[in-house]
Amino acid sequence: MYDISNYFEARSVEDAIRLLQEHEDAEIISGGTDVLVKLRSGKGAGETLVSIHEIPELHGVDRLLDGTLVLGPATCFTDLTNDPIIQECIPYLGEAVDTVGGPQIRNMGTIGGNVCNGATSADSAATMQTLNAIVVLQGPDGTREVPVTEFYTGPGRTVREHAEVCIAFLIRPEDYQGFTGCYMKYGKRASMEIATLGCCVRVKLSEDKKTIEEARIGYGVAAPTPIRCRNTEALLAGKSVDDPQIYDLIGEHVLEEVNPRSSWRASKEFRMQLISELAKRALKEAIARGKDGGKDA
Amino acid sequence: MLNIVHMTVNGKEVELAVDPRESLVETLREKLNLTSVKRGCGVGECGACTVLIDGVAIDACLYLTMWAEGKHILTTEGLKSPTGELTPIQQAFIDEAAVQCGFCTPGLIMTGVELVESGRKYTREELRKLISGHLCRCTGYENILNAIEKVVGVDS
Repeated sequence: MYDISNYFEARSVEDAIRLLQEHEDAEIISGGTDVLVKLRSGKGAGETLVSIHEIPELHGVDRLLDGTLVLGPATCFTDLTNDPIIQECIPYLGEAVDTVGGPQIRNMGTIGGNVCNGATSADSAATMQTLNAIVVLQGPDGTREVPVTEFYTGPGRTVREHAEVCIAFLIRPEDYQGFTGCYMKYGKRASMEIATLGCCVRVKLSEDKKTIEEARIGYGVAAPTPIRCRNTEALLAGKSVDDPQIYDLIGEHVLEEVNPRSSWRASKEFRMQLISELAKRALKEAIARGKDGGKDA
Repeated sequence: MLNIVHMTVNGKEVELAVDPRESLVETLREKLNLTSVKRGCGVGECGACTVLIDGVAIDACLYLTMWAEGKHILTTEGLKSPTGELTPIQQAFIDEAAVQCGFCTPGLIMTGVELVESGRKYTREELRKLISGHLCRCTGYENILNAIEKVVGVDS
C-alpha cells in the first residue's frame, strides 16, 4: 500500500485543475515512476494524488502545419523514441529518453514528469534545453507558455503553480530544422542509472557542410538546474567543422558556464572533467551526423 | 474507500474492490493469488514484478491498480496452454539452464513473451539492453540471454 490519504483520477485537464485547487496537499501523478518511488521512501507520506494517467489528449506526438512539434506530456519514453515524427525531426531526443532507467520504466515514465519534477538529472533535460522547448501550462486562469530555459527555479522546483497542469511541449521549426545533435550520458552502468552527467550538443551546418552556422549546448547535472552554455555556443558559430581547435574551444569554455556540485554519485572535479569531455565527444558526433546528410538515424 | 476495478487477468474478466493505495503487485499476489509476480525492490529497479499490461512490460510495483480498469493483464500463470504445455520461452529457459533461484525468472519470462509477441528478431546486443530492467543475482545473465536468443535471436 502506498502511503497516500486520497486519490483522484482526473477525467480531463479541467477536472485535474479543479481537483488540484480543491486539495492543497495534492500532487500530480502521471507515469508514477518518480512519485511512487518517492512515496515508497517515505517522502510526501499522506499526500493526495491527482492522477492524469487516463487523460487521452495528453498522449502522443503531433506536427502542426507550420512545422511546430507538439509533444503530449503523458507520452511515455518508449512511445517517444519509437514515434515516427520524433525519429524524423528530433531523433536525439528519442535517443536521450531511451537512456532512462530500463525498458519497463520507459514504458511508464513520461516526458512531462521528466521535465515537471524539476530534476537536473532528467535525461530529456539537456536536449529540451537545446530545443528551446516551450512548456504549455494550463491553470484556473487559462493557459500560458513558458520557455523550458526559464522553467526551472531550483533543484526540483519550477515555475509551475500548484493548480497548473502541463498540457504540451512545443518545439518550433527554427529550433530543430537543419540541426543534427547528440546526447551523451555518463553513468556508472549503461542502464538503470541516474545520469552523473548529461550533455546534448546540436549543430546546424552550412549548406556545404563546412561551417557551423549555429551550435547549441545543454547540460543536465552541470548545475542545480538544467542549463545552456550560450557564450560557448556563440564562440562556435562560424567556425569550420574541420578545425581541430573547436574541440579545445568547447571543452574549455563550457567550464566557465557550469556550476556542478559534489554528491555521493561523483565529485565536482570529476563532473568538471565530464562536462568538458562529453561536450567534445557530443560535438564531434553532432558534426559527423550533420555531414552525413542531416539525418541522425 | 474501496473502488471497483474491472480488468481481464490471464484471459479472465475479474471485478475487484480495490483500495486506491494498492499497487498492482499487491492486488495480483494478495487478492488473485498470482504469486509468480514477485515483490522485489518495490521501486522499479529489479524487474521481478514485471507483468504485461495490454502486451507491454511494466513493473507492477509502480503501477496503481486503479489504472488497470479495462486493461488486459498477463502473468506467467496465464501462459499455460489448455493442455499444460509451456511456451517456447519457458521451454528455452529450462533447456538453457537459465533458472537458478528462480526469483527473477517470471519477470524475465514476461519480457521474453513481450519480445516474442513483437514478431521481430533481435541481436544479442539488443537483447542485453531489452532485459536490462531485470536483476538476476545468480546466473550472470549468460544463460538467460542464451535462452531468449534461442527464441527471438536473429539466428533463431
